[in-house]
Amino acid sequence: MIRNPKDLTRYDAQERANHWLVGITFILLALSGLAFFHPAFWPLTQLFGGGVWARILHPFIGVIMALGFLVMFLRFQSLNVMTPADKEWLSRAGEMMNGDDHNMPEQGKYNGGQKAMFWAMALSVLLLFVSGIFLWRAYFSLPVDVVRLGAVVHSAIAAIMIAMIFVHVYAALWVRGTVRAMVYGTVTRAWAKQHHRAWYRQVTGKS
Amino acid sequence: MALQSLDIARRSATTTPAPGARQTTEVAKLIDVSTCIGCKACQVACMEWNDIRDEVGSCSGVYDNPADLTAKSWTVMRFAEVEEKGKLEWLIRKDGCMHCADPGCLKACPAPGAIIQYANGIVDFHQENCIGCGYCVTGCPFNIPRISQEDSKAYKCSLCSDRVAVGQAPACAKVCPTGAIQFGSKEQMKDYAAKRVVDLKSRGYDKAGLYDPQGVGGTHVMYVLHHADRPELYHGLPNDPSISPLVSLWKGFAKPLASVAMAAVALGSLFHFITKGPNEVSKELEDELEKEDAL
Repeated sequence: MIRNPKDLTRYDAQERANHWLVGITFILLALSGLAFFHPAFWPLTQLFGGGVWARILHPFIGVIMALGFLVMFLRFQSLNVMTPADKEWLSRAGEMMNGDDHNMPEQGKYNGGQKAMFWAMALSVLLLFVSGIFLWRAYFSLPVDVVRLGAVVHSAIAAIMIAMIFVHVYAALWVRGTVRAMVYGTVTRAWAKQHHRAWYRQVTGKS
Repeated sequence: MALQSLDIARRSATTTPAPGARQTTEVAKLIDVSTCIGCKACQVACMEWNDIRDEVGSCSGVYDNPADLTAKSWTVMRFAEVEEKGKLEWLIRKDGCMHCADPGCLKACPAPGAIIQYANGIVDFHQENCIGCGYCVTGCPFNIPRISQEDSKAYKCSLCSDRVAVGQAPACAKVCPTGAIQFGSKEQMKDYAAKRVVDLKSRGYDKAGLYDPQGVGGTHVMYVLHHADRPELYHGLPNDPSISPLVSLWKGFAKPLASVAMAAVALGSLFHFITKGPNEVSKELEDELEKEDAL
């Protein structure tokens, strides 16, 4: 049932499914990974059937996320090329955060913040994947100094990525009318005109 | 373990104090390399007492047999041939867990209670709590723990914690035919080592000394070496071992810092919402589009 036929399609079903595959695997990875990182999070291993199961499953889930992210990266990378307007937007992101987005420069499908997040996440997933391989003792055996470096990189990048995902999720909740784009694919025209005016013009042909 | 549970100094992945009511004497094993004849009785005694039988391997052309520590070989003799002052020296070192006062394995271990340091200094693996991640291998400065291919648990020398708990010496010390392996309180062992060092010096080994590396807080397995200035001669015994700075960063500084940072971002988001309110689509824009539709 379509709420309003005039709503704009932002993500098709494949894009949404791809996003949520990555989203779900990320949550599972964060929960199991935190358990190995700090004793305070150890009880999270119970969600996976105990410590041993968490240790067995984590790297396999990681491979699924890395593959899912790769497909998503290829889908969206051309939409995330930084432009001067994005840099202008980023330099004035404080105004937006402060709740005043009237004077922000006009944005296409993604704003400068979203694009910066896209590239930061792509780099993070790459680093997590490579360092994760270093730590996967069931299948890989690398020199101990490489494993030690892998452990530092893996946990540091994971912590940064978890923080970035908090920001990603919060931004979607904060900007009202956004979550539905990733849940059933559409946004209202008013939402598009307010937050992504260049994209609005492009898809509607209006000014 | 009921009585031993009173004697725990440290427990892996545990942030609260261990039971500390009872003070026990710090023990140590002293391996006098200069009186070791390489007979491997210690390896046999270790297999016997701990009731573990490794796969029979193949000869790699040297005396080292098995060639390396494994999940079922907790101690191995390492044979090194070096030339000193134009003479061949056959240096034989019994390798195995050093039972560090500051154990890198315990620091790295994420599983609560999988690695225990007893008040007497013994560092013991409790395999029933082990998850098989191998972080202990990553943390160890001496390359000791081994992950079993069969059950994915980590294994290493326990310093016969079960024997020591009832006042017995470790099996290897009990069986050593030349007295090269001594066992007692750490103080006694240091005194004994000092006498051995005096003897070795009188025989021309000016650099003889005790190997009790302070970089890991001292160890509960110590060596008397003829060439204490160059421990690496003894099949790569580390010169000044310590927990790798990468491991300290990973399981020390980074742990609380990253946890607090993640919590700060989550709380920051919540308070941003509370203080700034949601970013709603403006009513003005909605009305404008409705008007367009009505046309």
